[in-house]
Amino acid sequence: MKKIKKVLLLGSGALKIGQAGEFDYSGSQAIKALKEESIKVILVNPNIATIQTSQGFANTVYFLPIEPYFVKKIIQKEKPDGIILSFGGQTALNCGLLLAKDRIFQKYQVEVLGTSIETIEKTEDRQLFVNTLDQINLKCPQSQAVKTVKQALAVATTIGYPIMIRGGFSLGGQDSGMAQNRKQLVEIATRALAKVGQILIEEYLDKWKEVEYEVVRDKFDNCITVCNMENIDPMGIHTGESIVVAPSQTLNNFEYHKLREISIKVIRHLGIVGECNIQFALNPNPKWDPASHFSSLTSSLDYRIIEVNARLSRSSALASKATGYPLAYIAAKLALGYSLTDLQNSVTKKTIACFEPALDYLVVKFPRWDLAKFLKSQTEIGSSMQSVGEVMAVGRKFEEAIQKAVRMLDIGFEGILDEKAPKVSWAKPTPWRIFAIARAIRQKTAVEKIAQATGIDPFFLYKLKNICDFEKSIKVSKQKTHGTPDTFNSRDALLLAKQLGFSDKRLTTLTGSTKDKIRQLRHKFDIHPSVKQIDTLAAEYPAETNYLYLTYNGESDDVVSQRSNVKGQMSKVIVLGSGPYRIGSSVEFDWCSVTCAQTAESCNFSTIIINCNPETVSTDFDMAQKLYFEELTEETITEIYHKEKPSGLIVSMGGQTPNNLATKLTQRGLAILGTKVTSIDRAEDRSKFSKLCDELDIAQPVWAKLKNVGEAIVFAQKIGYPVLVRPSYVLSGAAMNVAFNPQDLEAYLLAASQVSAEYPVVISQFHQNSKEIEIDAVAKNGKVLCQAIIEHVENAGVHSGDSSMVLPAQKLYTQTIEQIKKIAQKIARELNITGPFNIQFLAENNRVMVIECNLRASRSLPFVSKVTGINFAKLATEAILGIDQRPETRDQRPDYVAVKAPQFSFARIKGADPILRVEMASTGEVACFGDDIYEAYLKSQIATGVSLPKKSVFISLAGEENKIKFQEAAKTLFKMGLKIYATAGTAQFFKNHGIDVTKLYKIHEHQKPNVLDFLLAKKIDLVINIFDPYFKKEFDDDYLIRRASIDFGIPLLANMQAAQLFVKAISLKKPADLKILPWNQYVTFKN
Amino acid sequence: MMQKAKLILEDGTIFHGQAAGSKRSVAGEVVFATGMVGYDMSLTDPSYAGQVLTFTYPLIGNWGVPPKDYWESEKIQVAGLVISDLTIIPSHWQSQMTLDQWLKKENISAIVGIDTRRLTQKLREKGVMLGKIVADNQNVDFWDPNTENLVAKVSPTKPIIHTPFQGDSFKGIKIGLLNCGAKRNILRSFLSRGVTVYELPWNYDPFENNLPIDGLVISNGPGDPKMAKESIAIIKKALDKKIPTFGICLGNQLLALAASGNTYKLKFGHRAQNQPTIEVNSKRCYITTQNHGYAVDEKKLPDGFKRWFYNANDNTNEGIIHEKLPFFSVQFHPEATPGPTDTEWLFDYFMEKFK
Repeated sequence: MKKIKKVLLLGSGALKIGQAGEFDYSGSQAIKALKEESIKVILVNPNIATIQTSQGFANTVYFLPIEPYFVKKIIQKEKPDGIILSFGGQTALNCGLLLAKDRIFQKYQVEVLGTSIETIEKTEDRQLFVNTLDQINLKCPQSQAVKTVKQALAVATTIGYPIMIRGGFSLGGQDSGMAQNRKQLVEIATRALAKVGQILIEEYLDKWKEVEYEVVRDKFDNCITVCNMENIDPMGIHTGESIVVAPSQTLNNFEYHKLREISIKVIRHLGIVGECNIQFALNPNPKWDPASHFSSLTSSLDYRIIEVNARLSRSSALASKATGYPLAYIAAKLALGYSLTDLQNSVTKKTIACFEPALDYLVVKFPRWDLAKFLKSQTEIGSSMQSVGEVMAVGRKFEEAIQKAVRMLDIGFEGILDEKAPKVSWAKPTPWRIFAIARAIRQKTAVEKIAQATGIDPFFLYKLKNICDFEKSIKVSKQKTHGTPDTFNSRDALLLAKQLGFSDKRLTTLTGSTKDKIRQLRHKFDIHPSVKQIDTLAAEYPAETNYLYLTYNGESDDVVSQRSNVKGQMSKVIVLGSGPYRIGSSVEFDWCSVTCAQTAESCNFSTIIINCNPETVSTDFDMAQKLYFEELTEETITEIYHKEKPSGLIVSMGGQTPNNLATKLTQRGLAILGTKVTSIDRAEDRSKFSKLCDELDIAQPVWAKLKNVGEAIVFAQKIGYPVLVRPSYVLSGAAMNVAFNPQDLEAYLLAASQVSAEYPVVISQFHQNSKEIEIDAVAKNGKVLCQAIIEHVENAGVHSGDSSMVLPAQKLYTQTIEQIKKIAQKIARELNITGPFNIQFLAENNRVMVIECNLRASRSLPFVSKVTGINFAKLATEAILGIDQRPETRDQRPDYVAVKAPQFSFARIKGADPILRVEMASTGEVACFGDDIYEAYLKSQIATGVSLPKKSVFISLAGEENKIKFQEAAKTLFKMGLKIYATAGTAQFFKNHGIDVTKLYKIHEHQKPNVLDFLLAKKIDLVINIFDPYFKKEFDDDYLIRRASIDFGIPLLANMQAAQLFVKAISLKKPADLKILPWNQYVTFKN
Repeated sequence: MMQKAKLILEDGTIFHGQAAGSKRSVAGEVVFATGMVGYDMSLTDPSYAGQVLTFTYPLIGNWGVPPKDYWESEKIQVAGLVISDLTIIPSHWQSQMTLDQWLKKENISAIVGIDTRRLTQKLREKGVMLGKIVADNQNVDFWDPNTENLVAKVSPTKPIIHTPFQGDSFKGIKIGLLNCGAKRNILRSFLSRGVTVYELPWNYDPFENNLPIDGLVISNGPGDPKMAKESIAIIKKALDKKIPTFGICLGNQLLALAASGNTYKLKFGHRAQNQPTIEVNSKRCYITTQNHGYAVDEKKLPDGFKRWFYNANDNTNEGIIHEKLPFFSVQFHPEATPGPTDTEWLFDYFMEKFK
């Protein structure tokens, strides 16, 4: 084996559903592990918002698509000794498999480090996988495809009833079903086979327990299982959609350790070096005879191996955070050939890495869904993942942990019984099911009945019942004491409430007492949470770790805090993280938080991070001097603050969640560093901000604060439709909408009032054809230190998070730029800003209007930092901490262009309409560099999974205006030799203008040639569908075309400006024109 | 209403909680175990005799209590139990009753609702301590179980012959199991390999009684190994006869003592299911279950014996093996229950000596 000196590491690209920030964590740890060995790390990852692509991590970074074409070119250029495929999710693994197939690694003598390609193939190919495990007599679910009812019956006889019948994939599972017997099977199979040629007959594992193991192996065959996890939701609900506990709670020693033993057999047999995740189905009611001999017990373990992921995964990130065991870091070391016994347990620093963590707490992982953000989406959850993020709560009681998890979701619920939870049926799996179950238990539905119907183990349901019973007892004593907080006349009663995870706010609601009474009572009784360490060994050995959580099920603190601000001593700051990933808040704010903490540390501050998202780098144990894996709520932050006594809190780096807490935290007497809270409020509160603009003579769209629907309609009539409806203090444009008529307006106002009842709703004039521009800047005491002006590709009407951004701006007048800078300076001065801020503008010709201003780090802060070479987050942190600095200006206009493009996950959200609106829908982003906008844009499109059209394009343009606007682009496509298909109106228009097109019928016309058939047969490489919001009749068919494009995996362009740019880019650039250059060949770093 | 209880340590520390189980006051040596599963097995492990056992995992009682056939001995062996969060309603297909019902039935006292992490930290820093659970304000005196011959208390009084469950690969092989407080799974591990087992009381000399055994297994058990003088004498005879001899846990210490080695008491012992144990001269590390307060002194290894396994965390002895003769022993539990099954191969290793 040659000495490894240079390694190519593949990242995971943009965040999308099913593949999110967890790979920033795993990649960052891998880089750290490799660099410790003096290995040069070359990273390919177009996700510019990640921490792993920051300066000081990898030696060289390529912001290029993780596609075989590009990776091969990078290999040719960089000549690495080794490549690591298992830290970049499925994207990296798939890319690696394709490269291996083309024998690229052999050709360029690149060693695949860690798990071999052969092993990866065994875990990825279903049949190969089943055969491999069959060799060592391990059980996988039985499944067979059949074409006739007769075959189905034969297979069912071998498998045994009940059996599962699955219809064809495209039918959305509507012809699936369970058959208890022959008769039912005939019935279902006949129905299904009438529609599709082939059905699957499978072993029925519905409601079996779902259990996961995280297994590690070194090349010397030492194996450990770092963690096991139990899904509260049984088989049938994707593990990413399940509420999960670690360690398992309902598995006894035999089940726990037999599955562990099998896990080790699997990893050894497959020959994995590093880490893998194994998912099991476990029969909750195996056949057994209580009187039978002990030795028969092992045979009653009824399990199936569902899948093995031979790479770091979401589950391994969770396991890592749940146990404190740095899985990704260790896996990277093992890939280099280390033995587990050579490596230290980096938490205790006294023991070795070859051990299995013992927990003295439990964690609950709760997914965060944003289904309401998608038009037309369904609310049922199931076997495919739709959640966009997750939280992890640590506690010493299940009740404590799950109630904490609910609050961490940041959806405004105070606990599992919060009345705000939608009143849905508990029988159906939805994002709200656990709340519905808790409510049903509260209303005396029998636990056993729920257990039977849902497959959720009664253990968990009885724990929920403990919460319900306690709430009931409060109600009873409230009646006795006439509703005064005397309910808690003893310390014990209030302590018990806190131990069961009730927040002060919830108890206030339950007791009907006045604001703050419970908190005062709690202080009177001296009830405070204890600080405990996550130390991997359940306190068996002393641990140096500062990986912490709070619990009311404790009597003492593990760590004692030193007061900050002793003269001449190091000061202490708390950085608030961003909470769960969701649409509108993801890895970019983790980058801001981490950069902030690291900057503070380098300025000799003692740093503390509070965050609750296991998919982040900020929750790695060594990113700050202390990490509280805790709730980002007023109550918890205040408790930590009083324990830590810091100089203050930084709320402006973690996005909207901490920003929204600023006012309340100040009211509690906590010091907020940077821009004053009164200023934050003046920017966030719509009406205050508008007033401010008027005072400063800054133009803005006509607006009015809403009093009632009638007045709103009169106002809208006056300024003319369309109008924009928006509530204050919201993230990613929640409940923001454009109303084209009074009916729209009425409906949207209702929705807006439900989202944010505490704050006013504003309606304003909507400018359809203006450009959108934003500025990211940092100021200190009202003076701007640095700024970057970003141009959007799409016109106004598309949420800034869904827009493609260009930096430096390409098509702005100098006058416009000057106006923008002036306005930014005016606002900074007026609000005396110290820290980051972002302002969004509309521009029509030379007229600039302000539409929004946020006095916090923006989503685009990592983008502007990494493109300009000026680290805005660092500068902002220094400003906030009062460190002396000089303004950072760029000397001249750079000779490169960067484009940030959104990544959508529409394919994951059943039925969602993939259009761009004022409410954000993208789940991630990429950014690429180029010599001009076309090169950068094309690279960024490819990086989000768009493939370039080779043969044909389908075009459907609603309305005359769109047809005229797109005419030139259509001509270009035609000249490129692409076959053009179009719907009737569009086809006619193009024909009249000399473009040869083939007409296809719309889906609802049910005539051939039909667009649906062409999409299904993959005869179309690209769909351009521009709709006209005024013509609602056409909406439905356009929707069907768009949805079909998504379902069949065909690239879709649904925005005029984006489509025009895309066409121009592909006409000007061939793949060979896309330069393979690393980041540092474009950008010079300034700070 | 929950009845209150106190856990009082010999250094004067008091923990306040609620009484559970029999709600009696009891005294013993307070120890902690960090395994997350298998409370039913730990509670019935005779090695815990005389000890007040603290589980560091907070949720205990989740899967109730399995039928007696699945226990590690015929009763709960601990003197008392310390739990953070007792599960009142368990859920498992094997469960026959709740943990609390079982404790009541077996007259075992428990204290619940205390900060077991804080207690563990105390024991880790100061070493294991004597302590008592005081329920209903009925005081009891501290009691040091290590001053007594606990082995004699937990060992059977008569020898029993067990016929194998299955298999005939070792048909006709008979081994003696010196039961100093053996976990049932040691016996099961042999019976499932087709071996006939003569289960012997700790002081029952199979050679004097002319039992036809081909090898000797020395079981785990409670307390200070030096108390079990008669067992040591029996093991000496086995060594003289050069028959295959295999010690487990206390058996490791007894074998060392029989071969004129020495033992000592650890500060807080190893009671866990995650102990990394390295085989000497290899890169092989096993994850093992452990439950012991005493260890073999490596400074004075018996003649002819060498270190076989050691603890990767604190470098203490985890096993010894004779350089030539078929004598060996391990400090950990190859029979697991509870815990990982990584070292189950040791039973096969022992049986190979009869091939």
